[in-house]
Amino acid sequence: MLNDALAELSAEERGATLELTVNNHPGVMSHICGLFSRRAYNLEGIVCLPQGDGATSRMWLRVNENAKLQQVMRQVEKLPDVLALVHHPAEHEIFSLVGRFTA
Amino acid sequence: MYEMTGARAIIGLLERQGIDTIAGIPGGANLPLYDALRDSRTIRHVLCRHEQGAGFLAQGIARSTGQAAVCFATSGPGATNILTAIADAYLDSIPLVCITGQVPTSLIGTDAFQEVDIYGLSIPITKHNYLVRSADDLLRILPEAFTLALSGRPGPVLIDVPKDIQTATIRFARWPEPGCRREVPAADGEAIAQAARLIDAAERPILCLGGGIIHGGASDLARELAEKCSLPTTMTLMGLGAMPADHPLALGMLGMHAARSTNMALQECDLFIAAGARFDDRATGKLVEFCPGAGIVHMDIDASEVSKLKTATVGLVGDVRHTLAALLPLVRRRSRGAWRHTTAMLRRMYPMTLPEATVPERPYGLILKVAELLDEEAVVVTDVGKHQMWTAQVYPFSRPRQLLTSGGLGTMGFGLPTAIGAALAMPQRPVVLFTGDGSLQMNLQELATAVEQRANVKILVMNNRSLGLVRQQQRLFYNERHIACDFQLDVDFCTIARGYGIPSFNAPAGCDLDSLLRQVFAVPGPCLVNVLVGREEEVYPMVPPGAANSEMLGGFYAERCTC
Ligand SMILES: Cc1ncc(C[n+]2csc(CCOP(=O)(O)OP(=O)(O)O)c2C)c(N)n1
Repeated sequence: MLNDALAELSAEERGATLELTVNNHPGVMSHICGLFSRRAYNLEGIVCLPQGDGATSRMWLRVNENAKLQQVMRQVEKLPDVLALVHHPAEHEIFSLVGRFTA
Repeated sequence: MYEMTGARAIIGLLERQGIDTIAGIPGGANLPLYDALRDSRTIRHVLCRHEQGAGFLAQGIARSTGQAAVCFATSGPGATNILTAIADAYLDSIPLVCITGQVPTSLIGTDAFQEVDIYGLSIPITKHNYLVRSADDLLRILPEAFTLALSGRPGPVLIDVPKDIQTATIRFARWPEPGCRREVPAADGEAIAQAARLIDAAERPILCLGGGIIHGGASDLARELAEKCSLPTTMTLMGLGAMPADHPLALGMLGMHAARSTNMALQECDLFIAAGARFDDRATGKLVEFCPGAGIVHMDIDASEVSKLKTATVGLVGDVRHTLAALLPLVRRRSRGAWRHTTAMLRRMYPMTLPEATVPERPYGLILKVAELLDEEAVVVTDVGKHQMWTAQVYPFSRPRQLLTSGGLGTMGFGLPTAIGAALAMPQRPVVLFTGDGSLQMNLQELATAVEQRANVKILVMNNRSLGLVRQQQRLFYNERHIACDFQLDVDFCTIARGYGIPSFNAPAGCDLDSLLRQVFAVPGPCLVNVLVGREEEVYPMVPPGAANSEMLGGFYAERCTC
């Protein structure tokens, strides 16, 4: 019983990463973050960098895998400024690299 | 090579887009745009009296035609005023392009006079929005805005244009192609085949048509499916008209104010086929008890709707028209005699109305009298409240886009400006507005617009001197502890209408409604009729908010109900 409960809990809490390719202009970040805040769904971490000629950016979002994730992903995919979305079921290593600065 | 200002380019792009009417109000930050509009030979501007009115007027055009409509507002207060109409369009998936003026780029972020971050404010209530940062971008943004507003699940798009972008000069060799609706294919073929098998195997299926059927122009195919498979068919508020009310398979609206028989049939169904409907809580009641034991087939163009609230047995993501066309040849023709007998019996046992409720002195009677005098050409607009639900319950809607009503947002004040927009878009059709004394006063100022535009709108005020639907909720769920629902002032709407130059009539109890309404409908142009409605007239049945649809309060034959 306890083990089951623990397994369930860790599944709930498990970190996942969404990796997005987006157009790089002011406002894109608010569009994306708004989809989370509106659903009372916390973004645990954000890393965003321009890529190539700077017309687009790559964005990594660290989230806790939970029931809201599926709906948020579908909403993210609808944004015209989001060009691609990849779901990594685990935390992406970029966060451990960046994590050094908060250690 | 063309050379012109950004403002002139915007007007040119709108003209090429086929826009012939724009509703709005000018102000400092959109004066260049208005200056350019003055030279347009094909666009008529409709000056409203409040930006919310302009937003809803544009909605009236969009809702009645299915085409994207345009509204203008200036920066700051103009833009914030129009937000409610945009949110309303968002929730009902109405294609709208709203163009707001903004302070010059150099002043953005300085708390300049009439500066409001309308881009930020409109993010959660638009399909997409733009803050234009270079005049050259207009050539891309305008067509794209129309494409987005019209494609997939339609919705509003906002374009915020700083004043210096409107006055900047741009040069270009060719006009871009106008934006247009992008075709979306049918759902996946295997999923459609699976849905066909579920439909064939179901003994007690119910088809539910939502607003998506109307946006997708799919009501004819939906009806074919219903007839081929003998599917009793219910409609959401937004779907009313998708199947004619007098069709033998039509069950009317479902949900909070449905006929008892409809919600009872849903309790028994073994397959719920939702087409362009999104399981709104007003339609489903307490979700876990909605259609208990039924499989779910869900067709929607928006993938994020499928299984959002209720897990679909089969999800059909795609254009509902194409999906239905692909589904039709795969399903078996069935007569489902026993099930149709059950639904017909429920309808006979629990009728929506009784003769004593349909006398002209009572709300249903008024609504049915209007329906009797008008044909299916008429456009029916409502505001929000009891009068809206009464209309949805009994008006015999017979075609898509016949009913224009604020479903998702339920915005009081929607009615009058939307009715004017519909009248301007469809000058050959009579437009009738059922409104309440509360709702009408939320955009009353648009009576002026109705007169100036000679809009053929007949305004029927179902006047109960109260915020009726609120009053009813206090009565039912707060032990009759009434507060803030009864108006102290008995407004003389006829005098007000006359002040705007609108002919008006009082319809006291016992008057000859038939001849009064005939007289009113015979004369083109705006007219207001003030009809007294008893404060105690309630909308029944009613499912308490949050309760299961099987818990219906009130209404005829409530005592017979065992569910
Ligand atoms: C803008 C807005 N404010 C408040 C409400 C809440 N509300 C819903 S119905 C209603 C009363 C409507 O009164 P009225 O227009 O007179 O219609 P009736 O119910 O009396 O027919 C109110 C206040 C709303 N829907 N919209």
